Amino acid sequence: MWKRFFSNIGALIGVAILVTVIAVALLAPVIYPQGPWQMVQRPFLPPFTVDGLPLGTDTLGRDVAAQLAYGARVSLLVGLVSTIVALLIGVPLGAAAGFYGNMVDEGAMRFTEFFQTIPNFALAIVLVAIFQPSLASITLAIAIVSWPPVARLVRAEVMSVRKREFVDAARVAGLTPRRILIAQVLPNTVSPIIVMASLMVATAILLESSLSFLGLGDPNAMSWGYMIGAARTVIRSAWWLSFIPGVAIVVTVLALNLIGEGLNDALNPHLARKARA
Amino acid sequence: MSDPVLSVEDLTIGLPEGADRAHAVEDVSLALAKGEILCVVGESGSGKSMTANALMGLLPPGVTVRTGRAMFEGRDILSLPEPQKQAMRGERIAMIFQEPMTALNPLMRIGEQIAEVYAAHDRYSTSERKKRALDLIREVGLPDPEKIVRAYPFQLSGGQRQRAMIAMALALEPTILIADEPTTALDVTTQAQILRLILDLRDRHGMAVMFITHDFGVVAEIADQVIVMREGQIVERGAAATVLGAPEHPYTRRLLDAIPTGRLPEARQLGTVPALEIKDLRKVYRTGGGFFKPVREVRAVDDVSLTVARGEVLGLVGESGSGKSTLGRAAVRLITPDAGQVLVGGTDIAALSEEELRKERHKVQMVFQDPYASLNPRQRIIGAITDGPITRGVPRKEAEARARELLEIVGLGADAATRFPHEFSGGQRQRIGIARALAMDPELIVADEAVSALDVSIQAQVLDLLRDLRQRMELSILFITHDLRVAAQLCDRIAVMQKGKLVEIGTVHEIFQSPQKEYTRQLLAAVPGAEWNREGSLTA
Repeated sequence: MWKRFFSNIGALIGVAILVTVIAVALLAPVIYPQGPWQMVQRPFLPPFTVDGLPLGTDTLGRDVAAQLAYGARVSLLVGLVSTIVALLIGVPLGAAAGFYGNMVDEGAMRFTEFFQTIPNFALAIVLVAIFQPSLASITLAIAIVSWPPVARLVRAEVMSVRKREFVDAARVAGLTPRRILIAQVLPNTVSPIIVMASLMVATAILLESSLSFLGLGDPNAMSWGYMIGAARTVIRSAWWLSFIPGVAIVVTVLALNLIGEGLNDALNPHLARKARA
Repeated sequence: MSDPVLSVEDLTIGLPEGADRAHAVEDVSLALAKGEILCVVGESGSGKSMTANALMGLLPPGVTVRTGRAMFEGRDILSLPEPQKQAMRGERIAMIFQEPMTALNPLMRIGEQIAEVYAAHDRYSTSERKKRALDLIREVGLPDPEKIVRAYPFQLSGGQRQRAMIAMALALEPTILIADEPTTALDVTTQAQILRLILDLRDRHGMAVMFITHDFGVVAEIADQVIVMREGQIVERGAAATVLGAPEHPYTRRLLDAIPTGRLPEARQLGTVPALEIKDLRKVYRTGGGFFKPVREVRAVDDVSLTVARGEVLGLVGESGSGKSTLGRAAVRLITPDAGQVLVGGTDIAALSEEELRKERHKVQMVFQDPYASLNPRQRIIGAITDGPITRGVPRKEAEARARELLEIVGLGADAATRFPHEFSGGQRQRIGIARALAMDPELIVADEAVSALDVSIQAQVLDLLRDLRQRMELSILFITHDLRVAAQLCDRIAVMQKGKLVEIGTVHEIFQSPQKEYTRQLLAAVPGAEWNREGSLTA
């Protein structure tokens, strides 16, 4: 499987970009010990004009490169944690619905639909507004709007695996339904879940940026969305201030999508789009 | 022999890199004469289907024709450009497939599908097409042609669908008909009808037929010429009577020996202590039912009573839909019956609550049909075998030691324990399934079509194993199969089921030599190669 994954050039590029972003995020306090909020020069310095400030300064004279590095921490953290939380909600619910069927299925699916009928972003805004913007509330809000597709996917997978004969064999062996679900059925559904999770991290980063752009970000955390939001008013005189974090978002999300697609092709070789002749 | 209509010379088909061998088919030459039925026989992976697909230009991506030519009507059909191949397919060479349900478009009426063949080749007006479709449906012997024209594939039985497929293949009066295992998915009685139809059509239209099969019984029924293939090479060829009667190549001989011959085993003395008693068992499936639709009821098992004595192998034989699998699943309580009792060692399995049932589960174990689906692909063999005993409270160490011992007994070796299912072949997986069932020390094993998915030579080995285990461990087995020949090899008694009812039950000798019921006689007569077998071995 890994051999297939690493023979995919797109996936390799994705991994390379993501590793770079993670490295920058991790090393941010080492490279910029003064933090992203400190004013270091006069405002509106374009990129590549002053030594030591490769990306210039923002409206208040803060180092854009430092902001970008610290923003990566927030974006990745929020993306990862919210995806894990979404999986923690979606996987058990979908698994129970698919495995037990009948009333459990009905109940779980109606509950899921309740969340699916409300537009994602609107719900996220409302949740963040109610809870006060903070990293925790933003992460939770993103998780709450993104678990329903997970539940649906897991339900469908479990329903198809449940009909295989080895599940009957486990029943005949006297295993309890719960053990069958956890030890026999769920391990056979991980590949599509992994693929979906990698794409969900990308979506979560976008959601977080959108919330920060609207001013609903954590006021104490520097994030890419906040940078764009803050630079919005000066977009005509200092376009690079919105452009640079925008590129960071695009590149990171693209990397995650490439990885997701690579994983998909590697885990489901039969469905791979490119025929390997 | 007249001039061949099709002659294949030195055909070699290359497989993509990383396959288990370099060539799917190597240096295959064959000739097909007008009005002749050529059977290509071989086990799975022998390259017989690849040969047919190459002729039709239907090779999967990555598989290519390396060398060789196939001369048909003065042209090499392997090197034709795609548009000409397309014109040739269906018109000059037609093909029918194994699974008629997936080969027919589920959203199209039968009549339209046949008419589409004409449309694809720009023949006739719309009304003429309809008329001809109807004629074809009549010709292949489908009942009530006017109704069938308007039917969808799902409304037809397996045999009827195959007839519809044949009608489509015949539409343009092809010179050659290629049939790829066309009867494998069908019941014996239906299979016999389809074989007769193919023979009949051959006589009427003078088609050449290339018939691909794994079943020597079918070969005995219809073949004029036979080619035996093994791992991409032809190992033997000749007239049917010669190959079947006096095979020269050791592989052919081995294949023929492996066929369940219907030679009856010695009757054994059996105890009278019952391992399994089924009393008045009934299971009704209800489907549909709405405000305006009546509920459709199918009595899958209808008041069946039978007993399996300790140490006995009872064969449960029937065609698809006879309720034999439902009965087997009720015996292990994968299905809860609507009425009746399933007594195993005095406990009524059918009446237990879920909780109590789990404690009693070990008494009846099951060996499943599909060796590929019955093992969890993500679990090591040792886990699959020890899960049950450990749940029952056997210490892990002890369970694992027993599992290794059982793997030795079923002929795999203890080192199989730490591997994953995908490292094993179908026959080996079935052995693992048997070891898994044995690990629970059951009083009864239900084997549901346990050897049906295997090649004949592998089938023979697994049957040998079961016979050996029966001797050594005093096993009681409820052996469910659609194949009377297989049942005869292993079973002490045979129960015949039809449409949910028990038709007849008796010792193997009674059933085979003096069947009491008409249906049993029909089943026996429909066994492919019955005549040939009788000459060959039953009298011996």
